[in-house]
Amino acid sequence: MTAETDAAPRRDRALAAILRITAAVAGSITIGIVAYLLFGSLPALRAIGPLRFLTDPSWNPVHGAYHIVPMLVGTMVVTVGAVLLAAPLAVASAVFGRFYARGILSRVHRRMLETFAGIPSVVYGLWGLMVLVPAIARVGPPGQSVLAGVLVLALMILPTIALVGDAALGAVPESHLRGAAAAGLSRWAIVRSIALPVARSGIVTGILLGTGRALGETMAVVMVTGNVVQVPGSVLDPVRTLTANIALEMAYATDAHRSALFVSGLVLALLTIGLVATIDRIEGSERSDGTNAHGV
Amino acid sequence: MGSRLFPSAWLDSSWRWRSLAVPRDAAAHLAVWGAALVVTGAFTWIVADVVGHGASHLSLEFLTAAPADAGLSGGIAPILVSTVLILCVCMAVAIPLGLGTAVLLAEFSRDANRQGRFVRRSLDVLAGLPSIVFGLFGYAFFCHALGLGFSILSGGLTLACMVLPILIRSVEAALRALPDEIRATGAALGLSKTTLIRSLLLPAASPGIAVGLILGIGRALAETAALLFTSGYVVRMPNSVFDSGRALSVHIYDLAMNVPGGDGMAYASALVLLGLLVMMNALATELVQRWQKRKGLLLV
Amino acid sequence: MSDEPLRPSLERWLPLQQQAECCEPHPLVRAQELSLRYGPTLVFEDVTLDVHEGCITALVGPSGCGKTSFLTCINRLTDLIPGARVSGNLRLDDVDLLDPQIDLIALRRRVGMVFQKPNPFPLSIRRNLCLPLKEHGMRSRIARAEATERALRDVGLWDEVKDRLESPALALSGGQQQRLCIARALVLEPEVLLMDEPCSALDPLASRVVEDLIVGLRGRLTVLIVTHNLAQARRIADWAALFWKQDDAARLIEHGAVQQIFEAPKQELTAAYVQGRSC
Repeated sequence: MTAETDAAPRRDRALAAILRITAAVAGSITIGIVAYLLFGSLPALRAIGPLRFLTDPSWNPVHGAYHIVPMLVGTMVVTVGAVLLAAPLAVASAVFGRFYARGILSRVHRRMLETFAGIPSVVYGLWGLMVLVPAIARVGPPGQSVLAGVLVLALMILPTIALVGDAALGAVPESHLRGAAAAGLSRWAIVRSIALPVARSGIVTGILLGTGRALGETMAVVMVTGNVVQVPGSVLDPVRTLTANIALEMAYATDAHRSALFVSGLVLALLTIGLVATIDRIEGSERSDGTNAHGV
Repeated sequence: MGSRLFPSAWLDSSWRWRSLAVPRDAAAHLAVWGAALVVTGAFTWIVADVVGHGASHLSLEFLTAAPADAGLSGGIAPILVSTVLILCVCMAVAIPLGLGTAVLLAEFSRDANRQGRFVRRSLDVLAGLPSIVFGLFGYAFFCHALGLGFSILSGGLTLACMVLPILIRSVEAALRALPDEIRATGAALGLSKTTLIRSLLLPAASPGIAVGLILGIGRALAETAALLFTSGYVVRMPNSVFDSGRALSVHIYDLAMNVPGGDGMAYASALVLLGLLVMMNALATELVQRWQKRKGLLLV
Repeated sequence: MSDEPLRPSLERWLPLQQQAECCEPHPLVRAQELSLRYGPTLVFEDVTLDVHEGCITALVGPSGCGKTSFLTCINRLTDLIPGARVSGNLRLDDVDLLDPQIDLIALRRRVGMVFQKPNPFPLSIRRNLCLPLKEHGMRSRIARAEATERALRDVGLWDEVKDRLESPALALSGGQQQRLCIARALVLEPEVLLMDEPCSALDPLASRVVEDLIVGLRGRLTVLIVTHNLAQARRIADWAALFWKQDDAARLIEHGAVQQIFEAPKQELTAAYVQGRSC
């Protein structure tokens, strides 16, 4: 509905003005966040300089060392590992719900996924700490490790990927499926050659959303990865992610140290923005006019 | 909506046997069912674990007493109060902003004008930002720049930023789902947009809006990292929103990580948190069903 | 579900003289070389038509011939469609309807509209009628109650719903809902009533009830009704205008008194259309 500008009664124009203000506030939050991250990072970037984040000997802010690479590696390893583990399971789950489960089973399966998507990260972390870590410790102490982080994160992002994938598979036009069945293809052949390719961009979006969630996860990884600043040698080694670093040290960090934490926050924000932009572009490329998922 | 699967009409039993005859199909069948079992098993394990360990510590006293011994005994009453206060602050800010923005996006800028585009893109980004980044922002902006310090107010405002995209998405979807005829009819009768929105659209979309609210509350309840250094860590019963307070999720974290032997209480707190979320979910489902019944009436 | 009273079947064809009797050909709405575009697409072109006061004018022709679009020009609902451009001349009395400065609210009070699919608001019956009244400034609750009763009596709904004015309008049957929508349009006492195939979504019985209602409006206001049901046009209208798609755009082929259009059409096309369908 286009706004009838000249003929609109004064009331409508007043309403539009108020609404524009609320939307402006809502829209500027993101800008505000990035801005404050920048302000917070500037002292560190000026005093320490971006290069030192990569070249300092270790992460020891009290003594002026800001080597961030082990934590970057930690974040990457845990995130990639979680996605590699969760994505196939999630897609298989989605395929199960849409093509292999019957009526009630399918509904229950979806309801279960929706419920688990809402479980707080601290609860996952608690379970990981109390159950997973001791189990891993029996294989190789201390138990808090990359492996624990990967497993817990994988469980956390699985429902997200599965639900988005499920929606994408559900959007496959039934005519395609019926045609394939009529041509004599078996159930798996139909899934493999018709459903999955057609739903591919939706599934990829789901995987990217899950990646974003894994990247930004804090509490669960703090609780199960051990928080030791080191490049892990094996999956049983403890590790610290960027997010965990911020969470643990923010409480007592001062000046340059605090600013360095803001830098890592900025890095995380930029990585996430990159992911969102990619998702936007994928959903947009589906539309011929290049508008994104919102039609803008 | 609903489960669309292979209706047996065009996949009779001979197909099912055929689908297992070829090794690749049998393997796929196994893999898919296996995945479903693994996933179900893992999640059931988690829930059973929390319920099992937490139930023993759960009692009325637990819900109404204050924590003692750094949380090793006593209850979580002040924490529940803080949590509720944080939620109230969050909703008090998020609802007006969210409703206003959603109404603007749905009713005033359907054609892609610049403000609409900008708001949508920035909300997309907002929805994806890690919660710890919100924590940093909240700390820098609400606690320091606005001088609110560690307080329930800071925590609530930070959560409002996180919850806003979810709320706006739900409300906008609910408004867009309303048939266009209402708007055309309203225009033909000379109703102003304000009347149209206030008397017709918002009431008709209210179940969808309520669902959005509940989803937002669920997200806020589950949030921890953003509250760590905005709302504070104190376990005292708060006197006002300017006091610092500890939310339920933060309490679980503290008991699990910082208090030796605190896992029992952590489990109990986790059980309470899960219980609250399950209630929210059930409420949302109930409302969605009612909305769909109403939709049936609307599209008569 | 339908609790509409069974009416005795009326004559299918009222003598045409009777229909034209109370109708003086005095144009109220005048269109001259009116054209409508949605963006690059031409919807209709060069329509010159006079709608006479107090009469029932039927716009006939196959679907997609711009009849509904023409209707929406008169109450400026085209403003709601992005990219819609109207050119030419369109006047209601002495008001230029294409002037971007006119008061649309006042216009839509003078020109009411009833849509094809019954679409009462998801509110109570009473509120369906009182909302527009209140919006247009009728503050007194008593006045609104009187206006509501008058409008409901006009459409023959009063006896059926007077005891349940607070019940939801959507609970009414299809025919009742459409009559409610007509009442809602009438409650503002418009001069012109635009009707876009008001009976096409109704069963034959409900359809006849609505037709009788429309016929009863003759003389009180000017009715412009779009219909692709030629028999209906013949039954209730005084004037008829045939729209047809030619060269990618809809055009007005012929218009005149209903008797003339059906019995002595001037254009080949009119003759073919009218004879092909009106058996």
